[in-house]
Amino acid sequence: MNWAIPAIALVTLCLPACNRSDAQLVASDQIVGDTIPQPLTTLLGRPEIGQTLFNAREAGHCVLCHQVVDSDTPFQGNLGPDLTFVGDRLSAGELRLRIADYDQFKPGTVMPSYYRTHDLYQVGEAFQNAPILTAQEVEDLVAYLAGLKE
Amino acid sequence: MIRIALAALIIISACGRQSAGPDPIPEINAEDVVSGYSFLTAETQALQDDDFANPGFLWVDRGERLFESTQGVSQSCSSCHSDGLVGAAATFPKIDPASGALINLEGRINMCRKDHQQADQLPYTSDELLSLTSYTAHQSRGMPINVDTIGQAAKHLSAGEDYFFTRRGQFNLSCAQCHNQSWGQKLRGDTISQGHGNGFPAYRFEWQSMGSLHQRLRDCDTGIRAEPLPYGDQTYVDVELYLAARAAGLKLESPAVRR
Ligand code: HEC
Ligand code: HEC
Repeated sequence: MNWAIPAIALVTLCLPACNRSDAQLVASDQIVGDTIPQPLTTLLGRPEIGQTLFNAREAGHCVLCHQVVDSDTPFQGNLGPDLTFVGDRLSAGELRLRIADYDQFKPGTVMPSYYRTHDLYQVGEAFQNAPILTAQEVEDLVAYLAGLKE
Repeated sequence: MIRIALAALIIISACGRQSAGPDPIPEINAEDVVSGYSFLTAETQALQDDDFANPGFLWVDRGERLFESTQGVSQSCSSCHSDGLVGAAATFPKIDPASGALINLEGRINMCRKDHQQADQLPYTSDELLSLTSYTAHQSRGMPINVDTIGQAAKHLSAGEDYFFTRRGQFNLSCAQCHNQSWGQKLRGDTISQGHGNGFPAYRFEWQSMGSLHQRLRDCDTGIRAEPLPYGDQTYVDVELYLAARAAGLKLESPAVRR
């Protein structure tokens, strides 16, 4: 077993080199099926703020890839599905997983994980060790999208 | 000792391409390969096609003057290349036989400056280097990309391919997820193309200038909040080779015009 100590030392040396961290913001036991049933914060999501986050370039900027037909943001993307009436299709728990860390459920998805810091590689210096959005912002987006009904 | 090495190897390989889980993203079928030109608006295409209006020709013309000039160099480029360099750009990046290194056009030009012109290296983003690469690339306009990928080039090809398929940045996306899997779809106002390098150096409205392929790659890396590699970085040269190989046969377009 005398190889174990140097091996552990090597592991600790190698991990920071590739921006890995073991702490997962969304722990696997928070995921039930394709949902995160429990809110990520105790504060309620604020739909108006969610709407701003959805459109603003410096925030969620979800319109890069998605469109919501009624919004007046020009040039909305279509790399991801149309979200105009997504509230009819997906529950709050389903929305939460898709925004927070869909990749844990559907590895390889193009939908970025907005609440995640683990297993990322070559992250820009200004963005290291922080998720794209805060837990509260994810809840704000969930509240906004859950209300998009026909 | 072997076990330690093995453990290290497993850990290090875990940092690279994440092959576990998702289905691998397929390559683009050879018959579907098209230039970024096909995703431009008609007006932008017309601007690229008009040699008098295409702003890239400012750099091509400046490059031609530098090519003929002896200012700051012991002899001009044209004193060795009296017939110009028709077709050369279509074969880069390539292995330099003397050093065994994979070099791109920028690297080759700086090598000539050192070995044959007793001149300083031109910085990667300098207007002089951009002008010389633009002039040289333009001399291959309309010729098919034709790079060598065997022998010493093979390991660079696979390093470039690896970079292309590795997810990175805070958005955790690979080049392949956008350019193999999602081309034709829209990111805001941009239609995602297949990500070929055949138009470079290219004039981009966003830059209001001509720019190198490495500048474009840095923009794509920055866009997904990945730390971009430095200009001229060997890995980007390897990516250049992989891009050229995956676009083999596509015609060079420099100076292309892009959004
Ligand atoms: C880089 C492109 C991209 C960005 C940016 C993006 N998405 Fe997505 N999104 C996708 C794709 C692609 C899918 C489909 C995922 C799949 O099925 O694998 C998706 C799926 C979704 C879904 C599930 C939709 C359905 O009908 O099943 C929701 C909800 C969603 N995104 C919300 C968001 C929100 C909110 C943001 C911003 C905070 C956002 N997306 C930003 C690409 C993106
Ligand atoms: C989030 C999506 C995305 C990712 C990831 C991405 N790109 Fe791009 N890329 C774009 C967009 C959008 C453009 C501009 C429109 C176009 O020409 O495709 C572009 C342009 C390009 C171009 C110029 C094509 C032309 O004809 O002008 C090249 C080359 C390129 N990308 C290569 C890469 C490489 C290599 C990587 C990985 C290091 C990469 N891209 C990652 C979205 C992306």
